[in-house]
Amino acid sequence: MSTDPAWIDAALISARPQALAALLRYFRDMDTAEEAFQEACLRALQSWPDKGPPRNPTAWLIMVGRNAALDVNRRRRMHDSLPDEASMSDLDDAEVSLAERLDGADYRDDILRLLFVCCHPELPATQQIALALRIVSGLTVPQIARAFLVSDAAMEQRITRAKGRVSKAGVPFETPGATERARRLAAVAAMVYLIFNEGYSVTGEDAEARGRLSEEAIRLARLLLQLFPAEPEIMGLTALLLLQHSRFGTRFDSAGQLVLLEDQDRSLWNLLMINEALALIDKALRHRQPGPYQVQAAIAALHASAASAKDTDWQQIELLYGTLERLQPSPVVSLNRAVAVAKVRGPAEALALIEPLERQLAGYFHFHGVRGAFLKELGRISEAREALGRAIALANSAAEAAHIRQHLDHLSAAGGASE
Amino acid sequence: MQYAFLCYNHENTILAWSKEQEAAVMSKLGAVEDKLRAQGRLGPVARLMPTTSATTLKKDRDPPLVVDGPFAETKEQLLGFFIIECAGLEQALETARELAAANPGGCYEIRPLAVFHPGTP
Repeated sequence: MSTDPAWIDAALISARPQALAALLRYFRDMDTAEEAFQEACLRALQSWPDKGPPRNPTAWLIMVGRNAALDVNRRRRMHDSLPDEASMSDLDDAEVSLAERLDGADYRDDILRLLFVCCHPELPATQQIALALRIVSGLTVPQIARAFLVSDAAMEQRITRAKGRVSKAGVPFETPGATERARRLAAVAAMVYLIFNEGYSVTGEDAEARGRLSEEAIRLARLLLQLFPAEPEIMGLTALLLLQHSRFGTRFDSAGQLVLLEDQDRSLWNLLMINEALALIDKALRHRQPGPYQVQAAIAALHASAASAKDTDWQQIELLYGTLERLQPSPVVSLNRAVAVAKVRGPAEALALIEPLERQLAGYFHFHGVRGAFLKELGRISEAREALGRAIALANSAAEAAHIRQHLDHLSAAGGASE
Repeated sequence: MQYAFLCYNHENTILAWSKEQEAAVMSKLGAVEDKLRAQGRLGPVARLMPTTSATTLKKDRDPPLVVDGPFAETKEQLLGFFIIECAGLEQALETARELAAANPGGCYEIRPLAVFHPGTP
């Protein structure tokens, strides 16, 4: 029996959240659980290629990981060691049932706990993301470091520090009630969205490493949806991530310059992802419990379904941003609604809408970029130039700055107004 | 006789494939499909969206109950199917082995078709 190494890799990666979560509940200690899983993976790599993969790889890894960690403990206590698991191709019935009991009906809460531990409120967002990618997704430290554009040593330190904080705070092992479960799910969903955005805010040159983060976020969102299949907000979250990611290949040109939504080549958008997202939105709508992720997904879906930029249903988008403002009021949402208002009713009304946001968004790149665009449309060239200049100063990446600079160049070329 | 080849596999493992892995498997499967097509044996082929996109209508009650998710929680999930003309079980198994060589892991359940409506052309 030959088992493809790539298949084994994929099997180990996909089994990780559930196996690690069960081991964490069993050992109640993250380091022990991680070491146990690591050991189980090593044994899988030794045993599966010859003997074939087990029918239930996750149960195998849980069982072998548990035995290996117990074995280490026993040896430390000078007792006899357990039999060598590598000698068996699969688990016998008794062990399968033990593994299933270990994994048990609580596996939803186990995986949720594993994810929830990573989004501990004491951890800053960047540490939450790094910890989740390391622990849950199993990315290596160098992979994560590359995505965050920091050195391996700095990332190693960041993750160690995050783990320290988490273990000091204590892992919540009691089975959560319905309210606590909903609270955890919301926190975890927010973290998954953060991971996605970390990957989404790429600039051209490091797109490859960071795009990986977006893919991991989609995998985690799908995992959450498998665990909680009837949660419309998790359907919305998954759909939203799929829709944003469907444009991944078109957001930058070959020179690494940002390409705006309206200028992207729609024929290159990933139709598989778009269709899956539309199916999820369809499912979510049936529940009639609108939430922020569903509304954002619906907005993204309107963009995705428009045959061309000028076919975009801005009226509907404006209404949806209005809904989002009520569900989750924020100046950034209002700014986005203003962009839709500009398309529907013109820049004057849109500009009036965002003027009161200036105080809150004075340090926000997009605010000045959008304001500059409205002023430009209104022919207020010198004000537009000033707003765009401020946007450049606040840009988060070279690509963003370059994009605004193009607008500025257009102004100089068009207006001849070098006043 | 026509046979359905129902593809069961660990969905999350497939979702963890790299783009290169995905492309390699699809091109190998494509080669098997091309051969079957040339022999005039290939019927409809479908890959299903992830099980998270599924909705189940439980019709063992009235009115039927709509439930999110796939019909059953199983270790391996139904991910797609082929309909292929085969002379008999022997050839069906041979074809399944060719497909398996292109896409290892999981199982093919081989089921002869009782009724087949090709549907709207």
